[in-house]
Amino acid sequence: MIIAKPKPIEEIIETTKEFKKILVAGCDGCVTVCEAGGMKEAQIVGSALRIYFKQQGMDVKVDEISLTRQCDRPYVAQLEEKLKDYDAVVSMACGAGVQFLAEAFKDKPILPGVNTCFIGVTEAKGEWTERCQACGECILATTGGICPIARCSKRMSNGPCGGSANGKCEVNKEIACGWHLIYERLKELGQLDRFERPTSPKNWNTSRDGGPRKVVKEVSQL
Amino acid sequence: MNYPTNVKIVKLPCSGRVDVIHLMKAIEEGADGVFVAGCLEGDCHYQVGNLRAKKRVAYVRGLLEKIGIGGERVAMYNLSAGQGPRFAEIAREMTEKIRKLGPSPLRGAGNQPSPGPKTEVAA
Repeated sequence: MIIAKPKPIEEIIETTKEFKKILVAGCDGCVTVCEAGGMKEAQIVGSALRIYFKQQGMDVKVDEISLTRQCDRPYVAQLEEKLKDYDAVVSMACGAGVQFLAEAFKDKPILPGVNTCFIGVTEAKGEWTERCQACGECILATTGGICPIARCSKRMSNGPCGGSANGKCEVNKEIACGWHLIYERLKELGQLDRFERPTSPKNWNTSRDGGPRKVVKEVSQL
Repeated sequence: MNYPTNVKIVKLPCSGRVDVIHLMKAIEEGADGVFVAGCLEGDCHYQVGNLRAKKRVAYVRGLLEKIGIGGERVAMYNLSAGQGPRFAEIAREMTEKIRKLGPSPLRGAGNQPSPGPKTEVAA
């Protein structure tokens, strides 16, 4: 899922203080699971904003809502009538959701309520880690199910590099060396011969190097 | 056992049920202060309910500090269900602390003034 973290409340106050009617819009998708921007977090931000504005003697209306997803038009469209009553929206969705709202409601300022971080997993309750960089050409079949693009700090296609020591990365001793993990996993799988066949340089055109991307699945189209 | 009448009790099965939004709502709706009375650390029937409450109280204190209300209006106390006199002592201590801080700044503008400090307690 997309992992995000809440923006500092001071930053949200700074971007919203010029408005009189604010809707804090959560998203029931990824950001709910990573406890950054679901209804629960939208309510906390809403409450904090109301407390702040009231205390400042400012008459500001702040309400909350949460959409099933902010990255799908039918759900975004549910806001259409409601938004007539508001000057601005704090979207608690990932960057995709914020932009989709901005595209749908051209006359409303849509402000981000979270910082979108990465595609990752729930490592433990309250802890999320990165697993995928959406490079567009998955090579996990050859790397023991561990991604060198996401897990190696240098995104090397062939590793480990000289900075790997005791299974840790030179960037930070807290970070496991992705290629060390791959080596250990391939050893367990009896596939160490993978290291005798270096992979060719990766084609980054499928990643961000090819510009903003698009996926079309004809069979799904109407 | 006497404790200040301004303390309004919200009963919960475990302090672990206290969430950030509950404490925020109490402050938002005009409570001068809120304290969570959880069981003694290590004595939670659900093992970690009071430790969760402690983290949430700390989170709310930080948030209130940032939005200018002051984190000290929210506090966490630990005591066992058998410590009635201690509860009364905490209620007096919290009331005194809040009295020194003065009424909630949220009750100044447009809201009904309250004659004394209004403290809410959870758990």
